[in-house]
Amino acid sequence: MTELMQTFWFWAPFSAVVIAIVITVNALFSVYMERKVSAWMQDRLGPMENGPHGILQTLIDAVKLLLKEDIIARGIDRPLFKLAPYIVFGASFAVFAVTPFADGHAAADLNVGIFFALAISAFVVAGIMMAGWSSNNKWSLYGAMRSVAQAVSYEVPISLVVLSVVMVSGSMSMQEICVSQAGGFWNWHGLSLHHNPFLVLGFLIYFIASLAEVNRTPFDLPEAESELVGGYHTEYSGMRFALFFLSEYANMLAVGMLATVLFLGGWQPLHPALGFIPGPLWLFGKAYGFVLLQMWIRMTLPRLRVDQLMHVCWKVLVPAAMGVLVLGGLWELLIG
Amino acid sequence: MENQELFIQGSRVPERGPDGDLMTLNMGPQHPSTHGVLRLELQTDGEEVASIRPHIGYLHRCFEKHCEKLTPPQIVPYTDRMDYLASMNNNLGFAVACERMLGLQVPEKVEYLRVVVAELNRIASHLVAIGTCGLDLGALTPYFFCFRDREMILDFFEEICGARLLYNYIWVGGLSHDFPEGMDDKILRFCDYFEARIDNELNPLLSFNKIFIGRNAGIGVVTPEQAWAFGLSGPSLRGSGVSFDLRRDDPYSIYDRFQWKVCVGEGLVGQLGDSWDRYWVKVLEMKESLSIIRQALAARPKEGDVREAVPSRVKLPVGEIYCRTETPRGELGYYIVSNGGNLPERVKVRAPAFSNLCIIDEISHGALISDVVAILGSLDIVLGEIDR
Repeated sequence: MTELMQTFWFWAPFSAVVIAIVITVNALFSVYMERKVSAWMQDRLGPMENGPHGILQTLIDAVKLLLKEDIIARGIDRPLFKLAPYIVFGASFAVFAVTPFADGHAAADLNVGIFFALAISAFVVAGIMMAGWSSNNKWSLYGAMRSVAQAVSYEVPISLVVLSVVMVSGSMSMQEICVSQAGGFWNWHGLSLHHNPFLVLGFLIYFIASLAEVNRTPFDLPEAESELVGGYHTEYSGMRFALFFLSEYANMLAVGMLATVLFLGGWQPLHPALGFIPGPLWLFGKAYGFVLLQMWIRMTLPRLRVDQLMHVCWKVLVPAAMGVLVLGGLWELLIG
Repeated sequence: MENQELFIQGSRVPERGPDGDLMTLNMGPQHPSTHGVLRLELQTDGEEVASIRPHIGYLHRCFEKHCEKLTPPQIVPYTDRMDYLASMNNNLGFAVACERMLGLQVPEKVEYLRVVVAELNRIASHLVAIGTCGLDLGALTPYFFCFRDREMILDFFEEICGARLLYNYIWVGGLSHDFPEGMDDKILRFCDYFEARIDNELNPLLSFNKIFIGRNAGIGVVTPEQAWAFGLSGPSLRGSGVSFDLRRDDPYSIYDRFQWKVCVGEGLVGQLGDSWDRYWVKVLEMKESLSIIRQALAARPKEGDVREAVPSRVKLPVGEIYCRTETPRGELGYYIVSNGGNLPERVKVRAPAFSNLCIIDEISHGALISDVVAILGSLDIVLGEIDR
């Protein structure tokens, strides 16, 4: 029995349930947070009617989405159309499987964890393409094409930067990457100017590219509502739309968590003396810091044009990430 | 500055024509960025636009036909519903046209109050134009800031005449109500508050935002010759560097008494006559309007009845008139024919937004879909006026 309890397969269903709860609660919380944060930034009140300070608004919206009719218009490629939201949701769900929540606590501490996270999040693109193509709607198709072009392009700088982190930490396991940043915030990859200064630049590149990866402003072209109506999910309604919505907010958190694990020590406390605060709190605290930053940027900046988007990726971020990889490697070899 | 140019240069749209295999894309009438119920039929090659055909008429309410069955005082509320973002200016144009036909002299006080409300309404209208121009490009916050400030102007109007959008305030020969007690001070306080908002909030956040410039500079360039040829007017004409404003060049009411300047585009960040210039002219014009309001409030007579000269029955004399005034969108012309009866024989409206929209196909060849949204936003159309 004890042997069984130590296996991955015994714990997998429990982990799955926990992660599902985390994702759902995250969506409810993030949507409320986005509404309130944007309202405060824009001299508004935000939701105020349902519950104290509108705290139940998101919950009510979720119920509304659940109860809505699931419309599938004529001329739609039904199997693809129905499958797409699950693929998108499944992919963003799976990223959480390898995220270490605390010391020794991850649903699956794969030895290629970060590689798995990148690979599985790239799968979202397939789902979005299916959604856009099967919708039989030109706006959806435009949204999907933009999304695919964008996500595939921005994976290049992300992968290069992640590679530099892996090189410095000496492991692809996300748990190991966290452990390698132990001992206070000055040892975190994203802040440690004395260990490897190029990773600080890498942190910046990762953050910009990750905004594009999760379709946030100023890179929110795939769902630019003022240009493409609704982007790839124009034709979706009810629960299927809710799944896209859920996975979008899950992605925001996932990207924040990856950034935290790679560059801000994951569940490591700010200072060893603060170690009594449990790891998950540190991880979620930092990750929500990123989510807040994403919202702040969204409220501040307009959106780029598609050619400018590609310009930023291929002419700015990719060469810079390449430089981080080479120079960071040289630094590690000669000085580190 | 040098950096900005690099940014724009580096992200220029490739100079390549569409290769013949085109897809028709219907933008609207239910589209978030067509500013109402406009339908644009785009011929696209990928994201590139080969041609645009605007389809209008979804909001047609037979304004001109209605006018043939109504007396001039009854027509005034109908003019509210043309350009519903600048109802005061529509009222003013019609009132001026009728008064010229009648040879009616309105009291000094009425003239000053008319200028104040017309310029306030110009600011309110430009705020919507600027806000939505940003919103179309994904800038959410400036939109809410603009609407917050517009709300204050609407509150003034509500206090003055009871309505927030469709005022029926400027009557033939007068005004419906006098300003309430203390209104002048409130408006002056708003002027100070708002001027600071433009400099400290709007300009850093939107006007000189690098991405906003990158999206607007060099897009939808209208040369001065094209602007004249297509009959553009208002900020769309002045954005091309043409200094022409009816308030100065064909003065009506008492606009010749104030010190202000006509703002024109200068190609500050991109090319002369691009979308950014059309946007920037509106920002500058808001400041000029503030200055006009201050001067008018300082010089206005305090005593007098605003309904003093309102005729009990408006009977237009035999004849015709074309009277043009400068609304926020440009030259609004009323062509009125009367055969001496109680009802006008014919009322024809030259709507500025209609002429401004006509140029969209000409300046959008080779633009991307995102650029069309930016160009449409900078042209600042109101479908209520186009369709009438």
